[in-house]
Amino acid sequence: MHDVISSLFLNYTFLIVIIGTSIIGSVAGSLGVFAVLRRQSLLGDCIAHAALPGICIAFLISVSKQSWTLLAGAIVAGVIGALLLHLIQEYSELKRDAALGIILSVFFGFGLVLLTYIQSQEISEQSGLNVYLFGNAATLLRNDIYVMGSLGIVVILFLILFWKEFKVVSFDKDFASTLGFPQKRIDFFITFLTVISIVVGLQAVGVVLMSALIIAPAVAARQWTDQLYKMVMLSALFGILSSVSGVIISSLYEKMPTGPVIVIMVSIIVVISLFFAPKRGIFVSYIRHINQKLTIHSDRVLLNLYQFSEVQKDPTFAHDITVLDFVGEGSTLSILNKLKNKKLVYNPRNGYWGLSIKGVKYVKNLLKETKNA
Amino acid sequence: MPELEIIVIAIILVQACILPGVFLVLRGMSLMSDAISHASLLGIVIAFFYARSLDSPLLIISAGLTGLVTVMITEWLISTKRLKEDAAIGLVFPLFFSIGVILISKYMGSIHIDSDCVLFGEIAFTPFERLNMFSYDLGPVALWIMSFILIVNSSLTFIFYKELKISTFDKSLAHALGFSPILIHYGLMIMTSITAVGAFESVGSILVVALMITPPATAFLLTKRLSRMIIVSSIVGILSVLIGYLGAFALDVSISGAIVSCSGLLFLITLFFSPKSGLIIKVIKFNENKLTFSTRMLLVQLLDHEGKSNEILENTISNMITHMNWPEKFAKKVAKFAVQKNYILRSGNDLKLTNFGREVAKHTLQWT
Repeated sequence: MHDVISSLFLNYTFLIVIIGTSIIGSVAGSLGVFAVLRRQSLLGDCIAHAALPGICIAFLISVSKQSWTLLAGAIVAGVIGALLLHLIQEYSELKRDAALGIILSVFFGFGLVLLTYIQSQEISEQSGLNVYLFGNAATLLRNDIYVMGSLGIVVILFLILFWKEFKVVSFDKDFASTLGFPQKRIDFFITFLTVISIVVGLQAVGVVLMSALIIAPAVAARQWTDQLYKMVMLSALFGILSSVSGVIISSLYEKMPTGPVIVIMVSIIVVISLFFAPKRGIFVSYIRHINQKLTIHSDRVLLNLYQFSEVQKDPTFAHDITVLDFVGEGSTLSILNKLKNKKLVYNPRNGYWGLSIKGVKYVKNLLKETKNA
Repeated sequence: MPELEIIVIAIILVQACILPGVFLVLRGMSLMSDAISHASLLGIVIAFFYARSLDSPLLIISAGLTGLVTVMITEWLISTKRLKEDAAIGLVFPLFFSIGVILISKYMGSIHIDSDCVLFGEIAFTPFERLNMFSYDLGPVALWIMSFILIVNSSLTFIFYKELKISTFDKSLAHALGFSPILIHYGLMIMTSITAVGAFESVGSILVVALMITPPATAFLLTKRLSRMIIVSSIVGILSVLIGYLGAFALDVSISGAIVSCSGLLFLITLFFSPKSGLIIKVIKFNENKLTFSTRMLLVQLLDHEGKSNEILENTISNMITHMNWPEKFAKKVAKFAVQKNYILRSGNDLKLTNFGREVAKHTLQWT
């Protein structure tokens, strides 16, 4: 296994493929953040599918599989899809999801018509357009890398250049308008950049699953941070990680389309992030919830002890555990034992418990805090 | 007659798709059909490993269950509040679909289905797989499957019409009347997944979305009544099949792709040319309203300055341009419209109200 991997890395063609997929992962990951934050995750799905007829028409016009022409066709089709989507949403009563569904499936169906038309034309170079369905990273050539790389650099440059505008539009559209930003134009510009970042990945990941590479890294990154620039960096990193590992795995085994493997890799990252991210992770917040519950219980026991002892005028007076159990509505022994480990309580004789000096301080502090709150 | 059989299968298939589709469009859950149809591929593959045949009823059950599981996982993800609805939908089904595609290309590439077929299906092949019983030829298998699904869908829609209708348009009323919206929701989801699976072999997992969503969305633009919407969508569906089939035949292209493209075309035509809510009629009406309103504003303005010392300065076209902030072209258009309507008299740059125009201006002021 080790030999296989090391020989792969030395292989020139494989290096090309790795560079190409890194570009795809980073561009899709960073632009995906804005799609997810603006609640337009499924726009990616829609545009990726809509690109298929564009690729076919570009091929029919140029009769070549040059990446420039095919990707230009895909971009044009993606933009037309996005414009139509906007038109349906603005001027009809149809809901957004219906508009997305129609654009997605009808464009794809039209792409299929064109694809079968090309196949019936017996053009010698026609075989291989099917790659754009599920993607095959092994077909990436040096020329493709130049095209993808330059598109990717343009997207990232615009992202840095218009960072402030994108940020304010993504989080608060109305605020952006009041500040005098041309909110609608910026909105469409972000969509346009999303189209490009999707198109960049089509050859390696395919139109069907490219949307996952837009959504998933961003969702995973969101779990780890609350800051936009960190989220973009992380998302790009996740994008690279999943696409590169996906490419390696799919090339190690026969008959493994690249797109689906990448989706599985990125889904693993999402699941890990959703469950185990500090702060927002489902698992972590469950543990925090249980800890809070325990703290509340033990605080209540300490408070009870303190209040009982007010009669004796001695805060460290030891009380019968049955009283504590009765007031605490359940057994308090395990909690008391834990508190004893922290030296907040002591039990002078069996079944009798009182606050220690440290415990008294703790309770007084607690009462002060609640008063201030 | 395989040609006729293909058309009949396609029409039945579209009818079966429309019934859940209408409610999906109205409930704003159109993309659930996308998610379900993709995810159910995994169910089909898993069941295929056991049954070793594409005709087993096990496939439909297993695919239906997978569709349901997808919906439940998606809803659970939304309920954790860690991601928004659209992101949750877009996460779950690609994973299921990917696992399905990998299993197919790895283990059954050469048998029955390949991964391209998953996307498109091939309705042209459906007449070749025939149901034989007691050495009688009973017609294509797909015809039987789709007819069965159509019967199930139409009887479910017919029996639960009232429940579906109320829970779609007024959830709280449905709750108050004692229907369980959740039960209806999942019932609809099951109906969607079974239909998607049945249609899968003929049209593939993406085009089935088009057949479910596009005809009902077209009908939605034309009518605002549920019963009519179902009828109109079924007419749109039949038209798409017929025109699409002819187109596919003429150009020698994929039949299902042509049907879907045709339904998209019908939708686009309706979007632009629908007599009540079409884009074109809306633009025309908007411009008409703008012109009428602007003319009234002009009349009020003229009335306001009439007989005052600065009348000659104020009641001019150039003043309209500066004070109303109208472009010159528009100001002239408004003036021309007002002259046509006999509201004002125009001599060069100066404007003067007619008696009729004065009446209209006074009347306009009374509105406010």
